Parts: sequence; C-alpha cells; structure tokens
Amino acid sequence: MSGGVDSSVAGALLLRAGHQVVGVTMKLWGGDSDTGCCSVSDVDDARRVAQQLDIDHLVFNFGDDFNAHVVEPYVRDHALGVTPNPCIECNRHVKFDRLLVRADQLGFDAVATGHHARIGRAANGSFSLERGADNAKDQSYVVHMLDQAALGRTLFPVGDIDKTEVRRLASEMGLRTASKPDSQDVCFITSTGGRQTFLGDRISFRQGRVVDTSGSALGKVEAVEMITIGQRRGIGLPGGGPKRYVVDVDVPNGTVVVGDDDDLFRTTMVVERATWIEAPVDGAVLVQCSAHGVPQPATIANDIAGKVAGGSVRVTWNEPQRRIAPGQSVVFYDLADKCVLGGGTATR
Amino acid sequence: MRPGAVEAMLPFFSERFANPSGSHRFARDARRAVDEARDQVAEVLGVSPGEVVFTGCGTEADNTAILGVGGLAVCGAAEHPAVLHPTEHRGGIVVGTDTAGHIDLDQLADVLSPDVAIVSVMAVNNEVGTITDLAAVSRLVRSLAPGALLHTDAVQAVCWLDLRQIAPLVDLMSFSAHKFGGPKGVGVLTIRDGVKLAPLISGGGQERERRSGTHNVAGIAALTSALVETDHQRISENARLAGLRDRLIDGLSGAIEGVVETVQRDRKTAGSAHVCLDGIESESLLFLLDQADVCASAASACASGAMEPSHVLAAMGVEHSLAMGALRMTLGHTTTVDDIERAIDVVASSVQHLRRVAVARP
Repeated sequence: MSGGVDSSVAGALLLRAGHQVVGVTMKLWGGDSDTGCCSVSDVDDARRVAQQLDIDHLVFNFGDDFNAHVVEPYVRDHALGVTPNPCIECNRHVKFDRLLVRADQLGFDAVATGHHARIGRAANGSFSLERGADNAKDQSYVVHMLDQAALGRTLFPVGDIDKTEVRRLASEMGLRTASKPDSQDVCFITSTGGRQTFLGDRISFRQGRVVDTSGSALGKVEAVEMITIGQRRGIGLPGGGPKRYVVDVDVPNGTVVVGDDDDLFRTTMVVERATWIEAPVDGAVLVQCSAHGVPQPATIANDIAGKVAGGSVRVTWNEPQRRIAPGQSVVFYDLADKCVLGGGTATR
Repeated sequence: MRPGAVEAMLPFFSERFANPSGSHRFARDARRAVDEARDQVAEVLGVSPGEVVFTGCGTEADNTAILGVGGLAVCGAAEHPAVLHPTEHRGGIVVGTDTAGHIDLDQLADVLSPDVAIVSVMAVNNEVGTITDLAAVSRLVRSLAPGALLHTDAVQAVCWLDLRQIAPLVDLMSFSAHKFGGPKGVGVLTIRDGVKLAPLISGGGQERERRSGTHNVAGIAALTSALVETDHQRISENARLAGLRDRLIDGLSGAIEGVVETVQRDRKTAGSAHVCLDGIESESLLFLLDQADVCASAASACASGAMEPSHVLAAMGVEHSLAMGALRMTLGHTTTVDDIERAIDVVASSVQHLRRVAVARP
C-alpha cells in the first residue's frame, strides 16, 4: 500500500473477495523525497486507509535492498551513459522478489499490488500476464519481469477495472485517497532538485563535446551523463536551423553526437537480460519501449545467446524505429497486443 | 499504567480541575497537589524540592538541559535521540562506546576541556539496558572539565537504580513518567541549585522561569504516585525480574541456536533481555510474535513506522547483519512467570519457522 488510490482499492477488493488481508507499506528511501511512496504523509495515508478497512498495517524497511538494487545501479548506469528505469528495477528486486520472499516466510499465500495489469491462467495451469482493462493506465510494461513462480503468487485486484471505476469505488467507500493524484515520478528524485541534483551529488559530471555525425565539433555540454538519446533541448546548440537530435552518447569519451531525425532510425536492436513469462519466444511480436509507448511490430530472435532467460534477443523492426536509449526496458507483447511474452533491457 | 497512578489522576479531571497558578480556593487546592507532589518526587530523586522542574516529557527535559546550557556539548554515541540530536544540532562532540554501549571513558577524557559546557551521559541505555558507571564519568568530568555541567538521561533508570545515589554525582537529571507506570506526557528535569539554564519554553514562568506552561496537575499527581510505588518496590522487583530475565534468556538459548546476548547480565538492568538472533530479520520475527500475541520491539521506529537499524548496536560495533536480528524484550512490574514461559515458546518456534523457510528456499 503506497498510500495511493489503486493500492487502497486493491485492499478493499481483496477483502470483498473474502481474503484475509494485511496492508504493507515498504520504506525504501531514506533521503529527500516529495512524490514517492516513502514520504511520511504517504505512509500516513496508507495506514489510515488500512484503519478504515480494519486491516493490520505494517511498514517493512527494505531500504538496504532498494539502495543496492535500485539507487546504486541508477547512479552507476548514468555514469556509464545508460538511462535506467528505476521503477522497473524496484519491481524486479524489491516488490516482486524481496517482498514475495518475506510474504512467504510469514505464511501469506500471495502479494497483491495496485498495478493495472491482469494475470490469467491457462487450462494447462500456466499463468499469463495481460494488459490491464484500462488501456490508458495499463502497467503490464513495468511488471513484465514476473515469471511463472511470481505470477502464481501475485494478485492485481484493480487490473480488471478502469481508473474511473477505481476512484468511484474509493469515494463510494469513503477512502481518503479517492481523489489523490497519481504519482508520476521517481520516488527518490525531488521535484525541486531533479535528476541533475541527485546525480550531481553522487558522481562528478564530465564535460562533453557535441559533434555532428561526421565528427565535426559543434559545441559542448556541461554534463554528458545527463544527455539521453533522442533529446533535442539542452545540448548547447543555438536555436533556429534544422531540428537536431542526440543520436549517440559516449560517456567514457565525453562525446555527444547530434544528427537529424533520420539519423535516429534503426532497423534492429539487441535486448539483453531477457526474461520470459513462460518460455523464450521467437518470431513476430509487438514491442513496447516505454511505459505508455505505442507497440510496434517486429520479429525477435534468440539468436545471440541461445534460448535462455537472461540471454540476449535481436529485435528486427518491420519498419525502422527511433533508437531506444540503452538501459530502457523493452517489452514483447503477442500480436493481439494483449499478453506480455517477455522483455529485457536495450543495449547500445 | 500502575492502577494507583490512574487513581491519582482522576480527581484532577473533575472536582479538583483548577489551574494551580490561580488565586482562588480551587486553584490553591490544585497548587497544594503540585507542591506535595514536588516534595515526594524530590525525596525519591535525592534532590531538594526547588530542584524539581516538571516538564511535558523526557525529551523536553533532555532538550532543556542540552540547549538551555548553550556552549559545547559532549555526549555518547549510544544516547537516546533526545540527547544525541540536540547535541549534534549544536555542533557538539559525540564520543564512542565500548562493546556494551557504555561511553568510552578514555575517549571521553580526550575530549574534555575547559571549553566544554555540558556533558550528557545516560544512566541506563534504553535499547540494551547497559548501566553507566556515573561515578567514574563524574570524576572525569569534575577533574578535566570543572566548569562543565553533567547531565544524565535517567529515563530508563527509575525502576532499577537508587536515584539518591546518582543525584550527588550530576547536576541535571531527566525522567519520563511512562517508563515507570505513569502516564505519557509528563516528565521531570532536576536542576541543581545555582545552575542557570535558559528555558526551552518561555511564557508564564510557572516552573520558576525554568519552564513555562500551565501545570499538568493530573499528570504530575500520577507521575508522583507511580514514582513512589516504583521506589518502594525497587529492591524486590529487581530480584524478581532478574530471575525471570535469566529464565527468559536461558530458556531461549536452550531452545534455539544463535541467541547472542547483546550485553552481559552483570552490566545491565534486571529488566533488559536484549538479544540478537543470528540469521533472523527482526521485522519478520516481530510480525510472527505479534500474531501470537507476544509484543516486542527491535530497535526504534521512525516517523513512518519503519524499523530503523539501531544506532546503539552500530556504536557497540555489532555487525550490521546481526543487528538486523535484534529483539528487544523488556520486563516490568506486570511481567509474570507465565508470560516468560509463553515468550520462550513463541519466540523459539517463530525463529525455528523462519530458519526452516529460509533453508527451504533454493
């Protein structure tokens, strides 16, 4: 229970379904925060909702795990010019690993969250991960790393209803979180300081040369670690003239390459650290590269490290697509755009 | 709360509900209650009545001592946050501890100088129960920083130590009623005659300009009742609870492996049964204990309610992984032999369960 409306209603729906429910809020981040699920006021909201539902509420301190698996890699990746997705790493290592293990130890059958996604079960007993009923709020992308064992012990009670209905239920039940705005941002980055301050306190930024695709110098940036592929603003170039985009970032050499839109397009990419909902998949799929990105058709082949989880996958786009920043999560869906098949991390 | 303390409060919520600072007959009656309470408190604490200042809590007493003196403060790393934070806030010096959480006397001697304005050393550690050798601390402070005041946070000492023996060693002592069977929201700071402190709370000057605010008469009456009763029972309760504490720790050590007694028994209070359980996460254990109606604590909770790693165990040099398995069990005047037997059963079976599922996981 993050203190948001989705997990509040998730708890209420579980109770309606007859489950024995205990609310848990994870304390993950001890530093400055203004939006995330670790602020005291959000924990207050979660606790007050649990009191309204008349269930126990616990706070688990997983700060060490969060630091080791989310914050430190976030800083390390940026120092290498990789743009990570910390919320996905938190799901992978904390919510659906550390918390599941804890739940197991304490005798719980399942962990439920407020994610908008659905878990199905086939006749042969295997679990599928499907998009949430509310297409606009679908979060299957951020939970794509779940495997059969995790899916079998996970519940997404609000996955079957849309957000409007979630809020309607919350206000019908008089839950104090009914009209609380959705959180959008990374919980350990403050709105005042932003990513720049957070990273600047932890790594020493290096200056970068800005060059065009032929290598000619165009200018410089103060912090090459802050530059992301596809970026248009803040790359130290004068306004006017043709639109120019960052098409490559080489942090070790301190170089930012800019080009026009065409220079961003690629026909293939390699995805590493692949995970699969069931078995590794080859062939025609839809590929989604950001939380609310439009899925694009492609063919995937496990031709690099064999058909193994954790291996690499080559993605060949049906039509050339803009380059995906390394570190971003790339998620494969079936052609019906309903079920997650697997996913991984974009490489350079 | 002690039933006598509850009883002592009640008249002040109804027929004796007057402000003791007023001048009419009802005010005089309330005033008399505060005056008599002050006399009784002074007797148990080994000070004169004029040296007793009633406060809103132990934290307020600690803050008044540290912040009211001004100038350089020195304290130990295992102090309660009510001492540690104001000391750090004022740019004071924090001295390390030995492996029992007792302030390191050599390190203390190194930092004592004529520049030091106040030294604060707790009488009993709130997490692990270690008793400070305040006579030794006092000798050091008086010889190396003769101008400094010596304060002790004695919040955890009341049930276990004779405060009349501590009072002559120090200039300032802090107490909180809820630690000895009184209500929350009332405490005491004793201030040796002649010591000048700036008040933390200014206003009507009710506590002779050392603390302002309308007297919490009901709280003061209940604090006094609980303090006097605790003092009467102190010697017999020490003997009774030491026996139960020994049974608890010996019973646990006999039932399960990996019970690490954090501080040896002859250095701590009779009611403290603090242990670290090898390979166990306190958060998991506390949940299972709570499910079985055994209520315990690990370290201390932050504002969100999450358990924070103990700064006391860190100061003692306890390895982080072992400190994560801290279990802070405390015995008091209501503890019975049946409680102890049940605690042994439930803690042992919960620990065994957690170790079994940890082993079963690939």
